[in-house]
Amino acid sequence: MSTATEVQMLNVQIDGVWLQFPKGTRVIEACKQAAKFIPHYCYHEKLTSPGNCRMCLVEMGMPKMTPDRKPVIGADGKPEIGWIPRPQISCAQDVAEGMGIRTSSPMVEECRKGVMEFLLINHPLDCPICDQAGECKLQEYSVEVGQGESRFLDHKVKKPKNVELGPRVTLDAERCILCTRCIRFMKEVAKDDCIGIVERGSYNSIACHPDKPLVSNYSLNTVDICPVGALTSTDFRFKMRVWFLKEAKTIDVNCGTGANITIGSRENVIYRITPRDNDDVNGCWLPDSHRLNFKYVGDERRLKAPMVKGEPVEWRTAIAIAAEMLKAHSTASTALIASARATNEELWLTRRLIDELEIDKQHDVIPRIGEPDGMLVAADRNPNTTGAKLLDLCTNRPGYRLKKIADGVRNGSIKALVCLGEDATKAGLTEDDLKKLDALIVMDILPNKTTAHATVLLPASAWCEKRGSMINVKGRLQRLNKAVNAPGQARDDWEILRDLIQAVSGSNGLYLIEDVFKQMAAKVKEFANLSLSKIGDLGVQLLDEKKEEEAAK
Amino acid sequence: MMSFLSSSDFWFLVGTSLAKTIFLIFLVVLPMVSYTVYAERRVSAAMQDRSGPNRVGFPISLLGFKKDFSPFLGGLGQPVADAVKFLLKEDFVPGHVNKPYFWLAPCLAMIPSIVVLAAIPFGSTFLGVDMVVANLNVGILYIFAISSVGVYGIVLAGWSSNSKYPFLGGIRSTSQMISYELGLGFSAVPVLLIAGSTSLTKITQYQVDHGWLLLPFTAGMPGLREILLWIPVVIAFVTFTICMFAETNRLPFDLPESETELVAGYHTEYSSMKFALFFLGEYTAMIAGSSLIVVLFLGGWNFPFIPDGSAGWFWGLVNISVFFGKVAVLLFFFIWVRWTLPRFRYDQLMKLGWLYIFEIALVNVFLTAGILAFTK
Amino acid sequence: MAYVVPRPNLTWKEKMYLPSIVAGLMVTIKHLKNMLSGKTKVLMQYPEEKWDAHMPEHYRGAPTLVKDTKDRERCVACQLCEFICPPRAITIVPEEIPGDSKWAKVEKRPLKFDIDMIRCIYCGMCEEVCPEQAIFLRKDYAITGITRAEMVHDKKKLYELGGVFDGLVQKWNPLK
Repeated sequence: MSTATEVQMLNVQIDGVWLQFPKGTRVIEACKQAAKFIPHYCYHEKLTSPGNCRMCLVEMGMPKMTPDRKPVIGADGKPEIGWIPRPQISCAQDVAEGMGIRTSSPMVEECRKGVMEFLLINHPLDCPICDQAGECKLQEYSVEVGQGESRFLDHKVKKPKNVELGPRVTLDAERCILCTRCIRFMKEVAKDDCIGIVERGSYNSIACHPDKPLVSNYSLNTVDICPVGALTSTDFRFKMRVWFLKEAKTIDVNCGTGANITIGSRENVIYRITPRDNDDVNGCWLPDSHRLNFKYVGDERRLKAPMVKGEPVEWRTAIAIAAEMLKAHSTASTALIASARATNEELWLTRRLIDELEIDKQHDVIPRIGEPDGMLVAADRNPNTTGAKLLDLCTNRPGYRLKKIADGVRNGSIKALVCLGEDATKAGLTEDDLKKLDALIVMDILPNKTTAHATVLLPASAWCEKRGSMINVKGRLQRLNKAVNAPGQARDDWEILRDLIQAVSGSNGLYLIEDVFKQMAAKVKEFANLSLSKIGDLGVQLLDEKKEEEAAK
Repeated sequence: MMSFLSSSDFWFLVGTSLAKTIFLIFLVVLPMVSYTVYAERRVSAAMQDRSGPNRVGFPISLLGFKKDFSPFLGGLGQPVADAVKFLLKEDFVPGHVNKPYFWLAPCLAMIPSIVVLAAIPFGSTFLGVDMVVANLNVGILYIFAISSVGVYGIVLAGWSSNSKYPFLGGIRSTSQMISYELGLGFSAVPVLLIAGSTSLTKITQYQVDHGWLLLPFTAGMPGLREILLWIPVVIAFVTFTICMFAETNRLPFDLPESETELVAGYHTEYSSMKFALFFLGEYTAMIAGSSLIVVLFLGGWNFPFIPDGSAGWFWGLVNISVFFGKVAVLLFFFIWVRWTLPRFRYDQLMKLGWLYIFEIALVNVFLTAGILAFTK
Repeated sequence: MAYVVPRPNLTWKEKMYLPSIVAGLMVTIKHLKNMLSGKTKVLMQYPEEKWDAHMPEHYRGAPTLVKDTKDRERCVACQLCEFICPPRAITIVPEEIPGDSKWAKVEKRPLKFDIDMIRCIYCGMCEEVCPEQAIFLRKDYAITGITRAEMVHDKKKLYELGGVFDGLVQKWNPLK
């Protein structure tokens, strides 16, 4: 990206090394870029800097000046630095020409130790109970820069514990170090200024406005940014210790934004979802509604065995019967409803299935449109509508052909219907209509009105149980990763589709999801020269962002 | 021929053979096998300052007696308990094995070592009947022929198990047993030359007349010929015994099994009674080998100043006891060696077999022949 | 870099190995003789003779949970023992202490605390790691059962075995 005005580069000395940084860089950021980590609590790169935790103290200096305001040049040809006798906080200061910074001098280390001791004076030290233990900055910096013992003999200040700040956030004021990150987040990012500090002196504590609880759809982000265990997620509270969680980097599928997330699971159970930094998509935030919508994955009612007319059968049998039914019907009497929640690989195989069955314009996806919140929740609640359009599973108006399909089923011209991950009753059909069908082949993860009438029911995997790729509303290709295993005999969607294609037409030699992507990349020009591994954790921009945004309107 | 089949001689032969077989296998060898296992455990324990199985008695209190019977050192019921355990354990056959050969292998490990016993004269005569199941005039050839079949049991077990460690065990045992069979055969040749027969009965009779080959003075003061012959006999005895250790896969030659390297070698995948067959096969082979050594070098059933079976049925029984007494001493020696020596490395094993034992045994044949020609 | 181990030069007598084999045989037979004559006595016949009276202070028997003198569960379900347990014998399901409880301030306690004694290797890591001094290895060593389920010690059984424990453990006590 090139800007009209050239950004001025400034010379800064960090721990004796001269480096260049653009004007306007905060000192703490400059040190981070120079691989000199400075411990900090209140500073957050996405928020303003109040400089109240005092943890990021460093030694600073400005160039010595001659009486005619010229820098004094030292023996090495660089300006000599006159060090400021007292330490400065690095988070509230921008770099300046000729500035000197020391991040690990004896004074800095002594300062950090002192600040840690002060921060811990009223801290209850209830790490064995606290949910933050294991990812707590207090713990980390205590070990790194703090001291082992407490010299504090007085009674600790008692503050409110287990306070419900909102429906999803619990506050433990004793653990709070008053960094005000949550206050600033609600004010600056969520634009819902409802948290503040009350009381005075050492009785300072965080509280919600009495008439304005923390109900924002972004409230759980305060839990993420809280450096200590003061704010905890009511949903995750006391459920699992964080060090047990196996983390899978994947993306959110609740809307077209495709926010980057990390799934924390243990022994095939998902315990929490946290946002993952990606400045091109979601920054480091995630809406609560998306974050908490994972319980259905571990639902008891998940479909676990393939069924034919309500009787459990083996996979081989189910696939064979489905293929036979599809072959028995003419192309005109077959329709297919795909899902814009499926991955590109699955949609590609669906496309191939449509071609094999020679279905002509009797296929579509079900659109989901909601109210956008102007931040991270997109209007399109399907995560991969762009992919469905690209792979020709629907027209530019998703859902346009659904009426034709529904009419066809109603008047009896369509006798076989394939529903891949969607409930046909949401496409304008009633349960009575579905009863009229000769063949209803359904692939899904949870029982619904359509699965109840399925002639062949194929249990598939949920979004966090499979790999694949999706394209968000801005045309960015991103990757899904597997966090947990599918229950029972449920299989990966692409494997089911592959077997179905194989049973309908013959062998095709796909054994890995990578092969599917390869095949797709060879045929679809947008995917050319890409592979699942090339997508990376942060995704790649596949389509023109502006064009996609206009198309969405 | 038909007349022989219907004659009383024939039925006498069938009857006595059956009686001898049953006596030998079920009353002597199998109990001996069980108690060799027991002895192995007790002796090894004692050598390592432990006490070994000393608890299992005979639970006769179940039959209404007041107390369980646990005689002598205790633990004499252990072999019975082991056998019951082997029979009752789950017979687990892994899914990846080659089933027919997997089943065949344990039988092939057990049967040859039992069949070998048929040609062994384990006593003089008892009530006028020769104490040998089959008095073959090619007895020793028969024994070598049959015992070399035993390798198939191990090879098949290793191969059919279809997994890594048994396979390695199988390969090791093939080359080991083939290598040492040569030395074994050549070590026995001097004995055949001296006795002038391949019949084990005749070899025993020679030793009764001329003194045991290894201890020539058992039949009075030995002559010059016996003293000269004693040199090659001692050499033959040492090489034969070493080869017998190798053939029976006993330590220091237990490379096919070698627990520390191959889990349990060729029988890693076996359990329950099939494993027990390998186990029993190994000990039966030990007994057969010891019997052969006794017959070839230690005078068979003979003991100085004890008359043979023609002096009465009591002396017949004594002769049998003497034979198995000698076997028992050799078995103890087997055990003793096992718990003293460490295992060979594979190349050392091959080197010993091909570069030393084989050559020594070969030269020894000529030495014997020379002495025989010289003293004729 | 290859390192060449110097091999000793053996005399022909040593190369035959027979003398050393005989010497080895003599060693084992000596042990056998001493054992048979009753000279060696090293074993304790377990069910009849027991060591219980001489059990050292540091003996590590079955792990148990303890309560303090005010009948509070010391365990707060931090799950560190579950984490550290090498054979993964410990399974904990935490729960929040209800607000009306006397110990509501503690906030957290184990709903389920299972130690699978088939898995347990009595290493004592759980005792070492416990920040609340709630788990202790006591002196019970003969843990037996007929079924697998019986061998899983649940919370009730663990408190039964553990009983009440007062004060700090020695290792944490700075005065000791």
